[in-house]
Amino acid sequence: MVLNNIEQLIEKYENGETTLQEEQRLKDYFSQNDIAPHLEVYKPLFAYFKANKQERYTKDIPLKTKKTNMYSWLTVAAVAILMLGFYFKSTQKVTSIDNDLGTIQDPQLAYNEVVRSLELISKSMNKGAATMGYLESYNKGLSTVSYISELEHSSNIIFK
Amino acid sequence: MTQSEFLNTVMPFKDKVYRLAKRLLISNEEAEDATQEVLLKLWSNKKKMESYKNVEAFSMTMTKNLCFDKLKSKQAQNIKIVHSNYEDKKTSLQKQVETTDSLSWVEKIIETLPEQQRLVIQLRDIEQFDLDEICNMLDMKNTAVRVALSRARKTIREQLTNTHNYGIK
Repeated sequence: MVLNNIEQLIEKYENGETTLQEEQRLKDYFSQNDIAPHLEVYKPLFAYFKANKQERYTKDIPLKTKKTNMYSWLTVAAVAILMLGFYFKSTQKVTSIDNDLGTIQDPQLAYNEVVRSLELISKSMNKGAATMGYLESYNKGLSTVSYISELEHSSNIIFK
Repeated sequence: MTQSEFLNTVMPFKDKVYRLAKRLLISNEEAEDATQEVLLKLWSNKKKMESYKNVEAFSMTMTKNLCFDKLKSKQAQNIKIVHSNYEDKKTSLQKQVETTDSLSWVEKIIETLPEQQRLVIQLRDIEQFDLDEICNMLDMKNTAVRVALSRARKTIREQLTNTHNYGIK
């Protein structure tokens, strides 16, 4: 009687027509030990369903609440301060350039002043040119080096 | 919605999400990633969550879509990854092997089914959802679900009888 019932249920089950209650009855039947031999096939199926339901998700769920974005505003403030700093510094420089050094009104005095500064320039110019004399000895050295190339030329002839 | 409230709504079905993801993706790690992704998506949309009629069904649909996306993604297409979950078999004795063996047959058989049928079997036979709920989750018609379910069950039974009779596989 019970077996008959189960067989009917299985047929319904395979056609996808069982209700959840009927499926539960099937599951109960196959979870016991004495099962009719020709229905033995279904045992692992229902056992698997039962076992699979025990599987759990064990990892943590990393839930993040929104962080207060203090730091991002801090960077904005820092940049603003920097920009302001540059702005004020550059405006100060412009005003200092405007300072008047004054002009000399008397032509004689102005002439003397120019001559004096030109002399100063030429003096330091000559000092620089004097050191250029060393270049001559460099040329001398270079010409002796050219003898080497001549030597090479002759050695080439020999090796040929 | 506070964190604890969210956890209270999510906790009851997070395992179902994980199992569904595992049914489709097979690998443990992939399924874990997918579950986490689904839960984080729910969390980031927590303001909308109160307006959903059935959060559980909604997240099941989300999981299904996410897993399909993962399966179709470029990453999965480039290399065919054979997922296998390695286990420490030291403790399993001969007897344990035998009993778990028949269970792993079932698992292997289910893995060979088409995705749709796998989904239906998972939702119906393991999670025991109502047929209407499944229709909602999978966006399928009632009859289509029935047909898929029936086909899946029949294939599993046939394959099982084969392995049972010949002892192969």
